[in-house]
Amino acid sequence: MQENKIFGINGPVVTVLGRTDLSMSEMVYVGKKGLIGEVIRLDKDKAVIQVYEETSGLKPGEPVKSTGQPMSVTLGPGILDNIFDGIENPLEAIADCAGAFIPKGVRPAPLDENKLWDVTVTAKAGDVLSGGDIYATCPETQVITHKIMVPPDVSGKVIEAKPDGKYKVNDTVVVIETDRGEKKNLTLCHKWPIRTPRPIAERKLPTKPLITGQRSIDTLFPIAKGGAAAVPGGFGAGKTVVQHQLAKWCDADIIIYIGCGERGNEMTQVLNEFKEIIDPQTGKPLTNRTTLIANTSNMPVAAREASIYTGVTIAEYYRDMGYHTAMMADSTSRWAEALREISGRLEEMPADEGFPAYLPSRLSEFYERAGYSQNLNGTEGSVSIVGAVSPQGADFSEPVTQNTKRFIRCFWALDKSLAYARHYPAINWNDSYSEYISDLSPWYTENVGEDFVACRNEVCTILAEEKNLMEIVKLIGSDVLPDDQKLIIETARVIRVGFLQQNALIDIDTYVTLSKQLKMMQTILLLHHLAKELVTKQIPLSKITATGIFDKLIQIKNNIPNDRLEMFDEYNQQIRAALATVEA
Amino acid sequence: MIIEYSGLKEINGSLVVLDNIKDAAYDEMVEIRLDNGSSRTGRVVQIDGERVVVQVFEGTKGISLVNTQSRFTGHPIELSLAPEILGRVFDGLGRPADGLGEVYPKEKRDVNSSPINPVSRVYPKNYINTGISAIDALTTLIRGQKLPIFSGSGMKHNELAVQIVKQASVADGEDFAIVFAAMGVKNDVADYFKRSFEKANVMDKVVMFLNHSNDPIVERIMTPRCALTAAEYLAFELNMNILVILTDMTSYAEALREFSSSKGEIPARKGFPGYLYSDFASIYERAGIIKGKKGSVTQIPILTMPNDDINHPIPDLTGYITEGQIVLDRGLDAKGIYPPVGILSSLSRLMKDGVGAGYTREDHSKLSDQLFSCYAKVQDAKSLASVIGEDELSPADKRILEFGKRFEKEFISQTQSENRTIIQTLDLGWELLRMLPREDLDRLDDKTVEKYYYQK
Repeated sequence: MQENKIFGINGPVVTVLGRTDLSMSEMVYVGKKGLIGEVIRLDKDKAVIQVYEETSGLKPGEPVKSTGQPMSVTLGPGILDNIFDGIENPLEAIADCAGAFIPKGVRPAPLDENKLWDVTVTAKAGDVLSGGDIYATCPETQVITHKIMVPPDVSGKVIEAKPDGKYKVNDTVVVIETDRGEKKNLTLCHKWPIRTPRPIAERKLPTKPLITGQRSIDTLFPIAKGGAAAVPGGFGAGKTVVQHQLAKWCDADIIIYIGCGERGNEMTQVLNEFKEIIDPQTGKPLTNRTTLIANTSNMPVAAREASIYTGVTIAEYYRDMGYHTAMMADSTSRWAEALREISGRLEEMPADEGFPAYLPSRLSEFYERAGYSQNLNGTEGSVSIVGAVSPQGADFSEPVTQNTKRFIRCFWALDKSLAYARHYPAINWNDSYSEYISDLSPWYTENVGEDFVACRNEVCTILAEEKNLMEIVKLIGSDVLPDDQKLIIETARVIRVGFLQQNALIDIDTYVTLSKQLKMMQTILLLHHLAKELVTKQIPLSKITATGIFDKLIQIKNNIPNDRLEMFDEYNQQIRAALATVEA
Repeated sequence: MIIEYSGLKEINGSLVVLDNIKDAAYDEMVEIRLDNGSSRTGRVVQIDGERVVVQVFEGTKGISLVNTQSRFTGHPIELSLAPEILGRVFDGLGRPADGLGEVYPKEKRDVNSSPINPVSRVYPKNYINTGISAIDALTTLIRGQKLPIFSGSGMKHNELAVQIVKQASVADGEDFAIVFAAMGVKNDVADYFKRSFEKANVMDKVVMFLNHSNDPIVERIMTPRCALTAAEYLAFELNMNILVILTDMTSYAEALREFSSSKGEIPARKGFPGYLYSDFASIYERAGIIKGKKGSVTQIPILTMPNDDINHPIPDLTGYITEGQIVLDRGLDAKGIYPPVGILSSLSRLMKDGVGAGYTREDHSKLSDQLFSCYAKVQDAKSLASVIGEDELSPADKRILEFGKRFEKEFISQTQSENRTIIQTLDLGWELLRMLPREDLDRLDDKTVEKYYYQK
């Protein structure tokens, strides 16, 4: 085998001269320290390698070792309740062996190789297994059973199955013989290239919502299980809070949280909070079903580019076991900037704002990995993706936001002016949309209430009418409006403050069940309808507002817990009583 | 064996190209001696086989293709560190500039450092009392935070920074120190800081790194890195609480742009290099607290927004990395209000976990929410008044306008030596809220109102 040597170094980009035996997208070890790199371009006289670690100190002439494999992640038990960097280096293990700062070239195995797992081997000698089939299971955390599957590109007949017992990730538990007569040892883990989607049997239409407990999302702009959503917003608009809320409360089985080029302290916060939060679904800490991928903004930029793929590959792996996974990526703009940075180093011709011309195709490849599917082994699972976008200067016309919009069906536009007024979540109800609403309507009707969709649509209409009225008010003040239009403005205020605004820091309000969301809408609309009747009877609106009933409804969110929905009856009575006094 | 290479192949701006070099390492430091006996420092920024591109920090004036001897040192740019650096003044590259001689190093550190492992960080929660109401109540500064001041030319950001340093340091006592890095600031400004530190009697707790506006720009790129290396040493070796002031990040970014374009790199927005975000992050992310260490690094970078535009790439990218921002407002400044903190666009991301019962007072976050919300309404009323005239406003709008005036004059505004306690600040906030009727206060629950709004 020919030995490859470093010729040129420019930031994270290293070149090797001559006709090499390296192949495209192959993973290589660069230099004496064995930094991880990936081949990104091959010319007739040179190979270009993107290095995932800091290159300072590297010298020309140092060796480049090929691995013969594309950039891959190791998939097996031990992924959950763990924190990795963008190329699956376990950060806790690194901290244990190298201290508080991350040095280069230190690389413990991604999954703990010494831990013993309680494995139940479900395959028997003589079974015929094909790609995706489950041959063993083990409890990975207190709440998640890890199903160990045949790699999608392998199949064959079992010739040996070990008994149940304790095994390490690299121990062989099943030996199969492929059609070509090769023997293959199956351990508890296998590798999968991060840029190749894991195969599925069939894509299905997403018809179930991903329930998040956030009123603006569940009611106004829902996302389906297997859907893709984008959260764009300038800095300070609250992207991260929205992402954290979704990660904490959404009803997916597995949560993958990717901190892609974001703040170190934020990742620490996620780490601490997830440990403390008791999951409402299982009663155990949330970390039992989460994985964090942290590639903070000061960690190597090439690994930031890879982190998104590492995350989605892990999500697909758990989907294949039949779980619903949700992946939060904060933020995809940093990922796009990593692409731009590397593209610049390669001296490629830039397109919009210096981003490479292949930005849209990379974005679509990524978002298309979301979906609700029937897996190879017959189970059903889904990957939902929520990507934050940090547009430069909060300008939604920039390339990353615009191109992302083409590949997602749910858009939660965060608004700086709402955030300035401390209206959280700052999801702008005029600019946001969800295309899933028609797919999900049957589910809501069947499972929440027959009038859910009708109520939701009426709320949207009131908000839209308010927007038009506010343009008039801005010019001439609200006094000149007729009472029925003033009522729209008053109801819209109750909806905005009492329904859309939701405080993540108040226990009673941070997560709200769908039935409570429906009740809240019903109560607000009840007041609206009754007040409208009075207004048409020429009773002045000012008399109705003087009863304070509108402000009372705003406090519902702080006063009625999720499990005491009967309290809404009191409010309904109060509404009727208040209006009766006005009418009398 | 150390080899010296004589002569250069090419000179282009601050970059020089050497040929036939064996064994150069990426990012290593290069010493270039001139025939006249002077010497300069450089850094390897690109290698293509035996052709090496070196960035010369002091500039290339006076260098010719034949009059140099270059030596590759085999290590990256390092800073000499010892407890004695406290009270010293260095130039932008970390060399003594106060005539007191070299520092005898206890330790030498690579100025580029390594990223802090997120697993090893401690989430910052301990608040710093600055004595400035607009900051303490509404954009609380937390130890270990990076909270920049977004200013414009001519506004009082330097005064504000000095006031924060003075009042925060008094409260902190013994193990407190300041690392001050000036990048491309005028000599007067650097002097102003020096004089203010002397006046406040903290000069022996200050380490200064000065790169004046007439110093070489390439050196400017290393200045914040030297300063933060010193800060990390003091914080994580000597267990001190360090406040780092970096001024002015705009000059820094412009230096980076100049350097990038001389290297012929493809520009992104406004000619800044595509890696500006990553480069900023490698500076700002060096703030924080580490598990098992007593010290902390808190950063207050100051930047002047070109043309007061907060969407300019420099403030924009900074805001995406830092944990909030304190934005100074031209309108308030023109009204003579000091500090002119535009509170609606200002934010402290770490505030929510560092205030409230046990830290400041239980009502803090609710009060600040309400103040923000009321002050946002002031802006609506103002814009309405500018269309229809103040006289035509509804009584509710007039009331809120009056609130706005008093809020700016009494709450935001204070003198440069006024040091308010957090309790004074919060009580002042309630006093102003009492101008408004209960139903205007939509962010407060009944319990809080009962305890703080009605009780006088």
